[in-house]
Amino acid sequence: MPTQAITDNRAFLVEKVIKNYSGIFDASTTERVAVIRRDKISRPVIYLGTGTSGSISGAKATLGKINSYLSEARFSADIIEVGCTGFCSAEPLLDIQLPGKTRLSFRNVTEDKVEDILNSVFHHTLPDDHILGQYKQDGLEEWPNIPMLEQISWFSLQRRHILKNAGIISPASIEDYIVRGGYKSLYKTVLNYPADKICEIIEQSELRGRGGGGYPTGKKWKVALDTAGDQKFMICNADESDPGAFMDRAVIESDPHRVIEGIAIAAYAIGASQAIIYVRTDYENSLKILEQAIGQAKDYGMIGEDIFGSGFNLSVSIRQGAGAFVCGEETALLSSLEGQRGLPRSKPPFPAEKGLWEHPTVINNVETLANVPGILENGPGWFKAVGTKYSKGTKLFSIAGKSVYTGFIEVPMGLTFSTIISQIAGGVKDGRALKAVQLGGPSGVCIPPADLETPLDYEALSDKGVNLGLGGLIILDDKTCMVNLARYFIEFLQNESCGKCIPCREGTSKMLDILEGITKRPKEESTHETLERFKGVVQLENLASVIRDTSLCGLGRNAPNPVLSSLKWFREEFEEHIFDRKCSAGVCHDLRSFYIDVDLCNGCNICQKKCPENAIVGSLKMPHFIIESKCTGCAICFDACKFSAIFFK
Amino acid sequence: MDHIFEKYILKKPENLIPLLQEIQKENGYLTDEIIERVSAHLNIPTNKIYGVATFYDQFRFKQKGKYHIQVCRGTSCYLCSSTSYLKEIEKLLKVKAGSLSRDKKFSFETVSCMGGCSQSPVIRINDKTYHHLSLAELHTLIRSLREKTE
Repeated sequence: MPTQAITDNRAFLVEKVIKNYSGIFDASTTERVAVIRRDKISRPVIYLGTGTSGSISGAKATLGKINSYLSEARFSADIIEVGCTGFCSAEPLLDIQLPGKTRLSFRNVTEDKVEDILNSVFHHTLPDDHILGQYKQDGLEEWPNIPMLEQISWFSLQRRHILKNAGIISPASIEDYIVRGGYKSLYKTVLNYPADKICEIIEQSELRGRGGGGYPTGKKWKVALDTAGDQKFMICNADESDPGAFMDRAVIESDPHRVIEGIAIAAYAIGASQAIIYVRTDYENSLKILEQAIGQAKDYGMIGEDIFGSGFNLSVSIRQGAGAFVCGEETALLSSLEGQRGLPRSKPPFPAEKGLWEHPTVINNVETLANVPGILENGPGWFKAVGTKYSKGTKLFSIAGKSVYTGFIEVPMGLTFSTIISQIAGGVKDGRALKAVQLGGPSGVCIPPADLETPLDYEALSDKGVNLGLGGLIILDDKTCMVNLARYFIEFLQNESCGKCIPCREGTSKMLDILEGITKRPKEESTHETLERFKGVVQLENLASVIRDTSLCGLGRNAPNPVLSSLKWFREEFEEHIFDRKCSAGVCHDLRSFYIDVDLCNGCNICQKKCPENAIVGSLKMPHFIIESKCTGCAICFDACKFSAIFFK
Repeated sequence: MDHIFEKYILKKPENLIPLLQEIQKENGYLTDEIIERVSAHLNIPTNKIYGVATFYDQFRFKQKGKYHIQVCRGTSCYLCSSTSYLKEIEKLLKVKAGSLSRDKKFSFETVSCMGGCSQSPVIRINDKTYHHLSLAELHTLIRSLREKTE
């Protein structure tokens, strides 16, 4: 009877595992835990990464193929859907564990590869390709000549505290989390410590907010705890609206109970009985997984009424963010939760004093909260042992763009950009040169190659004008045009500006005008507009600093970052665009100069007929030419030529 | 839509966004009638509701096509030239981003980020996400959808 079994497992896990303080189990408990952990299995287990990156890479098709293979070959095996280990460019990741042997991991297993791989492994041999490595599991027989996963360059420099379970356990199973030490910290918290002691422990650990400014988390909690109020709120910010960052999504999808446990501990510490998780509506998979996880946690009594008989009550609900970049800012998020336009409010009063409906409210992001159970479990000293002088612990980064490997990683604070790029991300794709690293989303900065020895911690980065919290790293190769990229970011920020304060609303739109002027070529350069454009260029830097100094919220204050940092490091590129009207990266289409390859041109005359500027000359069946001064770079001829005779520089 | 209204029985202003979200999920987009009904239900002026709905990117006021195409414009996708998808789709379907094709089969919009940055460039059609499509593959895909009769 399935219901009976679940109840039994639940009682066992709560009474024998969570409430077992020492962590030392008797023989029968050890045995049962090993079975739940799947260290001890009676038939093969297949793990497949079906998180967002896995699904995009085709994991659903792979899953279908595995099922049909198993039924055709009449093999019995368990299939467990897991989140992502972070090595997203290797997705779909498929792991196989045979009884008594360690878990083997395969990369890029699209549906056509399934049969080969399963066939060989089930017959205790290894396929020739697609092997990533094996997991280190004590007491199990290792596969010969296969590297351990932790020795692979992507993983070897990582310190995985938050990502300990990511890609290993099933996010759909609370049991998987509990047998790996889950919810023990919550038990310890509500039974042994008063709320102010928890704030103290977190303060001692020197954990700083991973979402933005890096404010000490313990201090924030203490303020909310000390503020009188009959109702307090704990909010988990999972809005992650920075394009290019996806670590929070990954944590939720891979290990949702870690986040819920963090929320429960935080709520206890500030005296809140209501918690809200604010999730981006585009993260459909995360929403689904969170809903399921909250249901299980309720079922197990980890949240709800009278948790562990301590008298502490907590209800956790989910709210979907409706898609506004500014709602990542905590006060704007509050406005959104209250059912209004997501406009930021001026601080102080800080939300910890007057937040949601004027009640004391703490807003922490996913990564911050995911750190909490570990600190309670191992003590503040354990957390502090990693990191730099003022930035303790580990930090999640997502790596995207033009690197060889992409995904998300957890590394100790203080690692340098160059280590991450060359050793973890495998350098730049296609052997191209690195032009810059963009950190911090649209309102972040570009770091040039000369500056890559900068350590990644709060202090070193705030000197560069960027918040570490926004951990999206985007690798740019030499085909990137920095002026165009700055224009793209400003366009994004201008779109997302909420419109409340003038410097941001009007300033970003003016900056966009100026940058568009630089990246486009007018028909004539002798008009009044050209003069106005140039005046704008002269004022660009000035305008940027006014926006930075006078905007109301973080979005506005950081909006000029992409312009200021690219102007600082790539000024010559701006000058090339302004004075020579050229884009050497070939990205700014309007600035391209087109030429005709006389050897390839057969004089078909199509380009000449199509050119709106009459810039192409030549007689029929003879090679044509483009008059450079007349060409506006519209590329109509380029698209029209059937003989690929037209090229641009 | 009655069942959605029944779910949000309390006339609290904070119910506005979740209510609109659920209605849009069912109806596909928001109409004037819906806004008026929500206004009567929650006792919030229509202008306020319109103000809130237009603030957020999620809410749309135009019908979705049978195939709803979303092109990601996140930083990573932008660098991996998702703009070329945009231009190609505009050319193929003869619609601008944010509108519906004449045969009402396709609607198409850009989104700020789908969180699939490690697989850039990505593009989503209804519930399926595609990555690293070449322009030729995109062509074939859209053509096959267009020719689907059922």
